[in-house]
Amino acid sequence: MILLLTVFALAVFLGVEIITKIPPTLHTPLMSGSNAISGITLVGAILAAGGNNGTLASVLGFSAVVCATMNVVGGFVVTNRMLAMFKSRK
Amino acid sequence: MKPDLIDLIYLVAAILFVIGLKGLTKPRTAVRGNLIGALAMFIAVVVTMLHQDVISVTGLLVAIAIGSAAGVVLALKIEMTAMPQLVALFNGLGGGASVLVAGAYLAGNEFAARLASGDHFSDVLTATAASGLIGAITLSGSLVAFAKLQELKFIKDVSFPGQKILNLVLALASIGVGVLVVQQPGHANLWYWLMAALATGLGILLVISIGGADMPVVIALLNSYSGLAASATGFVLNNNLLIIAGSLVGASGLILTRIMCDAMNRSLWAVLFGTMQSGGSSQSDDDVYANVKSTSADEVAMMLEVAQTVVIVPGYGMAVAQAQHAVRDLTNKLLEKDIDVQFGIHPVAGRMPGHMNVLLAEADIDYERLKEMEEVNSMMDQVDVAIVLGANDVVNPLARTDPNSPIAGMPIIDVDKARTVVVVKRSLSPGFAGIANPLFAADNALMLFGDGKQAITEITKAFDES
Repeated sequence: MILLLTVFALAVFLGVEIITKIPPTLHTPLMSGSNAISGITLVGAILAAGGNNGTLASVLGFSAVVCATMNVVGGFVVTNRMLAMFKSRK
Repeated sequence: MKPDLIDLIYLVAAILFVIGLKGLTKPRTAVRGNLIGALAMFIAVVVTMLHQDVISVTGLLVAIAIGSAAGVVLALKIEMTAMPQLVALFNGLGGGASVLVAGAYLAGNEFAARLASGDHFSDVLTATAASGLIGAITLSGSLVAFAKLQELKFIKDVSFPGQKILNLVLALASIGVGVLVVQQPGHANLWYWLMAALATGLGILLVISIGGADMPVVIALLNSYSGLAASATGFVLNNNLLIIAGSLVGASGLILTRIMCDAMNRSLWAVLFGTMQSGGSSQSDDDVYANVKSTSADEVAMMLEVAQTVVIVPGYGMAVAQAQHAVRDLTNKLLEKDIDVQFGIHPVAGRMPGHMNVLLAEADIDYERLKEMEEVNSMMDQVDVAIVLGANDVVNPLARTDPNSPIAGMPIIDVDKARTVVVVKRSLSPGFAGIANPLFAADNALMLFGDGKQAITEITKAFDES
């Protein structure tokens, strides 16, 4: 558990370092892109739904996979759509 | 696949997430950054499917297909003006997924086996409770934010006496029940869902009293929560990738929240505990608006002809009127005649961080012209005409002058320092902060009453014909 906490703390600092100087122009795409990344729960959902875990856990996991996939796929697609608009002009 | 190999590939995915997020911080690399993030997710999903414990691949593929189809349809169909609510909805789904995964863990065989062996593993249970708690707040808070942004009829601003106390009680109760999850693992399932229900109520109450002006802060905060929920799920499942990706999102959301708070002179504390105040007016509107002068599109066009520098300050009113394309046309006409046009973007203009930038970019307005508040303020006294389009509180000089105002100390765009200010607005109604704006009655200010899109189109036409 200490190891996991170490990873967590380091990742938070890394995140702060990376994000601190973003221009306001990119706030929305950044938020929507990072939102898509938060759908990483999908990995957990797959493990919960796909394992030999009994009916209830599988049903919960299945629902979680649907929710998380929408978050992930929709999030990346909509971010790409937004960024395409920024790219179209130089 | 061997567990070590899977972990190694998870590490690769984690690194790609970091690189992708870094890419999103610069306009030039942002598209690539987003694609790298998507690639990382794809790798993570494929590797997880190859995990030795994953047996029902068909069922998973069905679930993924359903989620992908729904996600893609929503993402491609949505109007750019409706972006904030879509992001809120996706955010809520991410939080919901965390609640469900932690719930599935408690319902699963692994947990039952460990329970039967008398193993206490309170660390994992703590993470499970945290995952459900944060996830449920994210889910219900985001859905309320979605409903408010979508302006669904059944949802209203609800505030009542004792609301803060009720919030506190609910927060303590859900944490208390969360502790029971850890202490009485035998009844963990029961306590877990009770806790999730309490946290759901808390999420609703925290967001339901918050007005539109504070929405950018709320959305940024909920975004941060969804990352923390994913991270907590990582602790439950002993999975580094979830922890890393989740905490990156948590950190980025928190920074955006802080930027938004600074932009509104709000304390992060007040936002966290849902104690944002809405203000009343200290002066009667009639006194403030005694000297309001209204103008016409023709008159504005004449002023623009002799102007050298024009600054346009858009607000949520521009989004509502879908006026961004009309603004683009006007901008192009002005540029053709060598009149300099800049856009002054307040950090909290609109309903999510950077909302205005996206709308203007959608209308093909060069992002080099979008200036941040500080930059545009430093040039404001050399500006001939400032056009305020559907913005209210972000240009209200009371923020500088009246220490008792609810927006006191909030940095604003100093359009009042321009030679002439044209305010395009439907009426003199107050903005989200609910206070009158003395700018509208200033000596150098003119009101152009009407729908934003129509007003700008008329100005463009008059400018073109002259």
